[in-house]
Amino acid sequence: MLKINDINVYYGAIHAIKGISFEVNNGEVVTLIGANGAGKSTTLNTVCGLLHSRTGSIEFLGQNLASVPAHKVVERGMAHVPEGRRVFLQMTVEENLEMGAYTQPRAGIPAHLERIYEQFPRLKERRRQVAGTLSGGEQQMLAMGRGLMSDPKLLMLDEPSMGLAPILVDQIFDIIKRLHQAGTTILLVEQNARMALSVADRGYVLETGKIVATGTGDELLHDEAVKKAYLGG
Amino acid sequence: MSFLNNVITGISLGSIYAIIALGYTMVYGIAKMLNFAHGDVIMVGAYVCFFAMGNFNLPAAVGVLLAVVVCTVLGIVIERLAYKPLRAAPSLAVLITAIGVSYLLQNSAQILWGAATKTFRPIVEGSLVLVPGQLSISYVAILSVVCCVIVMVALTLFTTQTKMGKAMRACSEDKAAAQLMGIDVNTTISMTFAIGSALAAIAGVLMCSAYPVLSPTTGSMPGIRAFTAAVFGGIGSVPGALLGGVLLGVIETFAKAYISTDLSDAVVFAVLIVVLLVRPAGLLGKYVPEKV
Repeated sequence: MLKINDINVYYGAIHAIKGISFEVNNGEVVTLIGANGAGKSTTLNTVCGLLHSRTGSIEFLGQNLASVPAHKVVERGMAHVPEGRRVFLQMTVEENLEMGAYTQPRAGIPAHLERIYEQFPRLKERRRQVAGTLSGGEQQMLAMGRGLMSDPKLLMLDEPSMGLAPILVDQIFDIIKRLHQAGTTILLVEQNARMALSVADRGYVLETGKIVATGTGDELLHDEAVKKAYLGG
Repeated sequence: MSFLNNVITGISLGSIYAIIALGYTMVYGIAKMLNFAHGDVIMVGAYVCFFAMGNFNLPAAVGVLLAVVVCTVLGIVIERLAYKPLRAAPSLAVLITAIGVSYLLQNSAQILWGAATKTFRPIVEGSLVLVPGQLSISYVAILSVVCCVIVMVALTLFTTQTKMGKAMRACSEDKAAAQLMGIDVNTTISMTFAIGSALAAIAGVLMCSAYPVLSPTTGSMPGIRAFTAAVFGGIGSVPGALLGGVLLGVIETFAKAYISTDLSDAVVFAVLIVVLLVRPAGLLGKYVPEKV
């Protein structure tokens, strides 16, 4: 479904992503794990068009996305739930969700809303509330719901567990599992490597802009080097 | 009676300021820049209407419509040519460019239409006499208030009920996140300039109908006062622009009537300073604490 081939991304003179290649197949949950500054978010932002690679290709459903602007990517079936949630704090929950379906035909929006409210009943309760009044966990649910409004073929989640209490982290990962079972393809970026690997089919370990290890979720969970570096021994 | 007269004058002047302030506040809210050329768009609008009515003998409504069309296009062109290339530049560069555009418009107007002041023929004449010889309201004043109310209601409906309006609010909060939703930020910014400039044209015609002198610098002082009104009310806030505009108009009129005409601007800006000391975000400006 998604095939990244040899991308190199720079912030000015800083070479942030150094020739990364990976792929995500239909129906898979693939995770990119790594420490702060390894280039995980940069990779996702490049895939969705907010940043651009100087080399290589980003192939999504057989088409190269490298020169497609960010606002044209979502209509091709890719939704990105950015790091830090980035919900529109001054807009209501329902307006946030409507923005998620910005590229969708107007007539289909009520059905999309219904589908999201079924998955996230909490959002339905708060649909007239301004997003800034939601708790961190609810905002994360809203960000995920907003991403799912476009009924994407690929959902990219950037640090969905960031800053959440353990019980909320469990909830978020339960949702990821549910989406996976329902057949959604997910590319997940996480610092919480243990959680991420436990839900993922496959994983890639990123270190200072390079992929240093890859394998199935289980393999990486039991890999000595990965254990030592990311899973606390 | 003179007190009531002053209140009426203040509110109608304030309504015009509010319409101009909306242009500042919308552009600031979305493009995060202060468009100091906004005041000069007012002047262009007034000139277009002046020539349409004076030289071509067109009806006032057609003159206003022409002014709106010309200013809308002008606003979009200014944004494309002057500001869009600076999207990634530091805000100081954009600010200086805006001042440059302001002078460009003023000097172009001077070359095209001459430096001599022209006498603007009001689009509506006469006034409504309430108490003969003592209290009357000019039709221009009534029209200004009516326009301001219509514009406010229309803009509020636009930003809360329409897809484009909601996309604008999304852009003003977080451009990158808006792009991820599929919103084209460049189109949204163009749209904002178009609306702001159309409003400037209306304000220009109303302004010159109330104070019928027209020169290439006609727009600059009302522009600065309306900018003050936008900051006063809370820049980025639509109701803030209305409140700031009307308050500023009333304060200015009262300062002229009861203190001194020469000091009226000083009084207006002193009030602004006091308000900003107490409420740095302006009267209705809001800080939204960020949850992490």
